[in-house]
Amino acid sequence: GSGGFRKRKHDNFPHGQRREEKENVNPSSALMTSFKSFQLELDTRHDKYERLVKLSRDITIESKRTIFLLHRFTSAPNGEEILNESEVKLDAVRRKIKQVAQELIGEDMYQFHRAISPGLQEYVEAVSFQYFIKTRSLISVEEINKQLIFTAEDREETTNTTSNYNDEQPHTWSLKVTPVDYLLGVADLTGELMRLCISSVGNGDIDTPFELSQFLRQIYDGFTFIGNTGPYEVSKKLYTLKQSLAKVENACYTLKVRGSEIPKHMLADVFSTKTELIDQEEGLS
Amino acid sequence: QEIRKVVQALEQTAREILTLLQGVHQGAGFQDIPKKCQKAREHFGTVRTQLESLKTKFPADQYYRFHEHWRFVLQRLVFLAAFVVYLESETLVTREAVAEILGIEADRERGFHLDIEDYLSGVLTLASELARLAVNSVTAGDYSRPLRISTFINELDSGFRLLNLKNDSLRKRYDGLKYDVKKIEEVVYDLSIRGLNKEATVGAGGEK
Repeated sequence: GSGGFRKRKHDNFPHGQRREEKENVNPSSALMTSFKSFQLELDTRHDKYERLVKLSRDITIESKRTIFLLHRFTSAPNGEEILNESEVKLDAVRRKIKQVAQELIGEDMYQFHRAISPGLQEYVEAVSFQYFIKTRSLISVEEINKQLIFTAEDREETTNTTSNYNDEQPHTWSLKVTPVDYLLGVADLTGELMRLCISSVGNGDIDTPFELSQFLRQIYDGFTFIGNTGPYEVSKKLYTLKQSLAKVENACYTLKVRGSEIPKHMLADVFSTKTELIDQEEGLS
Repeated sequence: QEIRKVVQALEQTAREILTLLQGVHQGAGFQDIPKKCQKAREHFGTVRTQLESLKTKFPADQYYRFHEHWRFVLQRLVFLAAFVVYLESETLVTREAVAEILGIEADRERGFHLDIEDYLSGVLTLASELARLAVNSVTAGDYSRPLRISTFINELDSGFRLLNLKNDSLRKRYDGLKYDVKKIEEVVYDLSIRGLNKEATVGAGGEK
């Protein structure tokens, strides 16, 4: 049949001829030259993207560690120490963000946004967590960005960067966290605050849960205002936020109703069973 | 929203150019090629105006924020420009030339520009179109064009081989190139075993 015929045709295919033709391509033709430059351009772009991804990962890891550290604040008597250590850690993160800013000089940030967004969100989460512990309020995006304005620290740095500037002019780099990244970071913050609430009860701290409840409700109201007009990721986080808020509110309820009856050292047990139940439910669904 | 409106207008113009140029695949179309190219270039005038208006719809330094909106139509336009240039001169249009046809900048620094990946995507679409043209040329009786297309595509393929692509949509498109190359080789092979390509070279010199 025709299928068989086709097969035979391919067996006789002049591979040798094809190879010869390929070798006849002039490697320094205009087309080849331009493709060589394309190769360079694409490689440079990809390398930069990779460097930014690495930085973003470092930022994420260090921010997460800061958050864990700050959780220890609640149960430790040396709160001041912990806060100071957290500041040191966040400064390290900011140095990494400075490197990001340097990589992005002269570039359109949105081209590389996907590479750095996760790291920035984690950073927002960490820095807002620290801010809440210190001030019981929510840090604004402007405040965050103010801390992300960097200047060249020493002569060494200015001479290393290729510049046409006068050496007297200070180099400044800055990175602006986008509103979306800020929102997503704050949404993640609420999860940490929920954990903070549960653990603070376990420490016999019965004031924090109520403060948190009010704080989280305000954040929740803010997000509800945005509703579904934001990007998809925000709506997804809104759902988790609702659950966190519910957990906190239930904790406050339990405290209010049963708090006076139960001795403080047993309060922790009440809440650990409750959260176990909640987590089990989540596991099933 | 406004951006979307302008993009839709661009897509419409692109469709018009495409319909115009598709005509070259038919027998009669071959004679008309220079005329079609000229007409296509006129349409590109409209494209230039539309792109001008697109530029005004957003801040110049946020090109990549909205890039996804016009990415597809821009790639389409690159392909169309490349097709016109090929029909005129049988060469690959350069990035700078495309930018000129479209009335935009070649480099990012100067504003609304043509991203290299969009340029390459458009060029790959051209390859597919030429594979189709090779087949239809034979049907229409033109036996020399497929050979020229074959040389061109081989060079293009060699060029693309130089690139280190990531596993993204551009790479997937590039993977399609080898099928285009193969198809054209088959056409050339069909011609050569039947001696038709020799006929073509003789015909070119000996006619009239």
